[in-house]
Amino acid sequence: MDDLGAEEVSEVLRVADSFVEVGRRANPKVPALRGRTVATLFFEDSTRTRMSFETAAKRMSADVLSFAAGSSSLKKGESLRDTVETIEAIGIDSVIIRHSSAGVPARVAQWVDHCAVINAGDGWHQHPTQALLDLYTVRQAFGGGDAGLARFEGLQVVVVGDIRHSRVARSQISAYAALGAEVTLVAPATLLPPSLEGWPVASVGHDLDAVLPKADVVSLLRLQSERGSGTFVPSLREYTAGYGLTSRRAAMLHPDAVILHPGPIVRGVEIASEVAELPAARITDQVSNGVAIRMAVLFLLLGQGPVDGAHRG
Amino acid sequence: MRTVAERPGGSPTSAPTLVIRGGTVVDQTGERRADVLVVGGVVASVEQGIECPRGALVLDAGSCTVAPGLVDLHTHLREPGREESETIDSGTRAATLGGYTAVVAMPNTDPPLDSAEAVRNVQELSLSATAEVAVAGAITVGRLGERLAPMAELASLGVRLFTDDGAGVQSAALMRRALEYAKGLGVTLAQHCEDGSLACDGAMHEGAWSSRLGIPGVPAVAEEVMVARDIILARATGARIHFLHLSTAVSIELVRQAKAEGLAVTAEVAPHHFSLTDAATSGFDPVFKVSPPLRPPSDVEAVKVGLADGTVDAIATDHAPHAPESKDLPFDQAPPGMLGLQTSLGLAITELDLPLARVLALLAWQPAALAGLDPAHGGGQGGPIVPGAPANLCVIDPAATWTVDASALASRSRNTPYAGRRLTGQVRHTVFRGEPVVIDAEAQR
Repeated sequence: MDDLGAEEVSEVLRVADSFVEVGRRANPKVPALRGRTVATLFFEDSTRTRMSFETAAKRMSADVLSFAAGSSSLKKGESLRDTVETIEAIGIDSVIIRHSSAGVPARVAQWVDHCAVINAGDGWHQHPTQALLDLYTVRQAFGGGDAGLARFEGLQVVVVGDIRHSRVARSQISAYAALGAEVTLVAPATLLPPSLEGWPVASVGHDLDAVLPKADVVSLLRLQSERGSGTFVPSLREYTAGYGLTSRRAAMLHPDAVILHPGPIVRGVEIASEVAELPAARITDQVSNGVAIRMAVLFLLLGQGPVDGAHRG
Repeated sequence: MRTVAERPGGSPTSAPTLVIRGGTVVDQTGERRADVLVVGGVVASVEQGIECPRGALVLDAGSCTVAPGLVDLHTHLREPGREESETIDSGTRAATLGGYTAVVAMPNTDPPLDSAEAVRNVQELSLSATAEVAVAGAITVGRLGERLAPMAELASLGVRLFTDDGAGVQSAALMRRALEYAKGLGVTLAQHCEDGSLACDGAMHEGAWSSRLGIPGVPAVAEEVMVARDIILARATGARIHFLHLSTAVSIELVRQAKAEGLAVTAEVAPHHFSLTDAATSGFDPVFKVSPPLRPPSDVEAVKVGLADGTVDAIATDHAPHAPESKDLPFDQAPPGMLGLQTSLGLAITELDLPLARVLALLAWQPAALAGLDPAHGGGQGGPIVPGAPANLCVIDPAATWTVDASALASRSRNTPYAGRRLTGQVRHTVFRGEPVVIDAEAQR
């Protein structure tokens, strides 16, 4: 995500506009990627992101192969590199990779010659399409189009929660900053990255109440309970007390503010159940926009003639 | 170790007569222009204009330095157990090409070197090697940090250095007992300083780069708290302790203070900790994964200062071969370690702003003394080049430049982080017990 500038981000968002329109049709399918084959390689469980990518590819008329790491030759001892080279030799045009280890999509992109590599989330590192769909959802909330895009300049974005372990945070902070937004991080000190050197953030704090009144966007991150209580925070209860978006806190937001969450949401921890139902909460919009964004990414990588080294980290 | 010093099937007198001609001899007594005559595995004469005896082999040392063979305190030979990565044969060949005539073999083999049987096995496998292999024993059984290995029995086989390298001894109580016991035996404990609870599942230095890359970090304090703890234990017990591959500014400073206090503390650093930084991991290439991890420039600078001011006693390679199929994994899953034997001298000459004699002190006679392989301990490594000394020598061209070619290395593995790097300082010849095992940078067997 760090490598995408404002121009490229804007381009993805504009292309996604037309695919949002496709999604509303009775027959939401276009022939843009007919004859192209994409494969999803998910080495880490993910239902939502995989379904989103596969839906996107199918709406573009691409042939979609689903590679489940659990039942693959990797279980028989084949190396990741051999698996990827085999997939390329089969003639796949694009691989969409999710892996629990940071850097795998970047490494794979070095190993393949003509296959476009799309990062669907790698470890704590990056989740670029999530960041793009967040941006799209914010722009949509602000009226869409170029006017919506212009609103990012000086926009106050507050990212709350487990930033340390979040690939979504690493992608979206760069993306928001690229479009001119001012990003504030709010988290317990233990859930911040060890170093923020070089991060495009305006400020970092531990007091959510202090920043909510001026926030235009509140981006909540899931508290990864497997890394949660006792280690990074004493308890979920204490986390929610300090960093949960409760009804009391949601009432501090100004009327146009937007609440985002990459899902899956844990109601009652990072967001109160009733807050998730507020009009300001765009969580289901994020999901449906995700398909359009992924269609746009596939189209930009595969839909325009030959593909070369199209990894977008 | 002395028990296996003589090679069967070849008495020392079967070594050829050699004349190393035209070089500058450098050892701990100073430097002088001299030829070196080697007869029967022993230095016979060191003077200018030595006449070549009939049938002698002449090794040209013009524009070269003739030095005691280098001694590596920290080599993973992988045999037994991981012969696909390295063997005693391939590892010692790499060593000789790097100018080494002795290596200390780390005990994290499979089985680990925690029993007399395991130690004897490696000693016997090393009899035909082209460099002396000094076995380091494990401090604890299975290197599990639970109970002491039979250190007295291993010491009786010649083991002088004990370490659980790859892991530090986590229990302070057990480390205290180990230090007390080692002191009674007159052997040295060598610690891989890494507090497991702080290092956790970290895969690179915790800092700006790990934060950006989303790779779990190993904080500098994971190393430093164990250095501090062990200095306190060394003070309390009066035992010697050697710190393996120190990598942070605070660690170096702790050792500096301990030495100023007069404690029997010594330290080594690895070439990668003065020649690479954590920025190298930005491409997620596991060849740059090592333990302790590559650190930021401020730590690299502190390591260099420690080498210059005498805080650090030795440069040790931590040569850690891994076969490609086991190394080329996602960064956080890959095993740590990199090759080092053939690049250490070139890196030291290229990267350190030190006189050659200082570099050689750090690579040859100081580590020889730490390993108990020097003449003061009855060994034949790292001593002055004088008549009667065992002929363990290397001939170095300090001005020659060369490019590291991973595919040309003698190791069975290819995990060098220096592929394509241009280095100054090249090993020309290596003589082990009078045998020219490397001539003109080519291994002879």
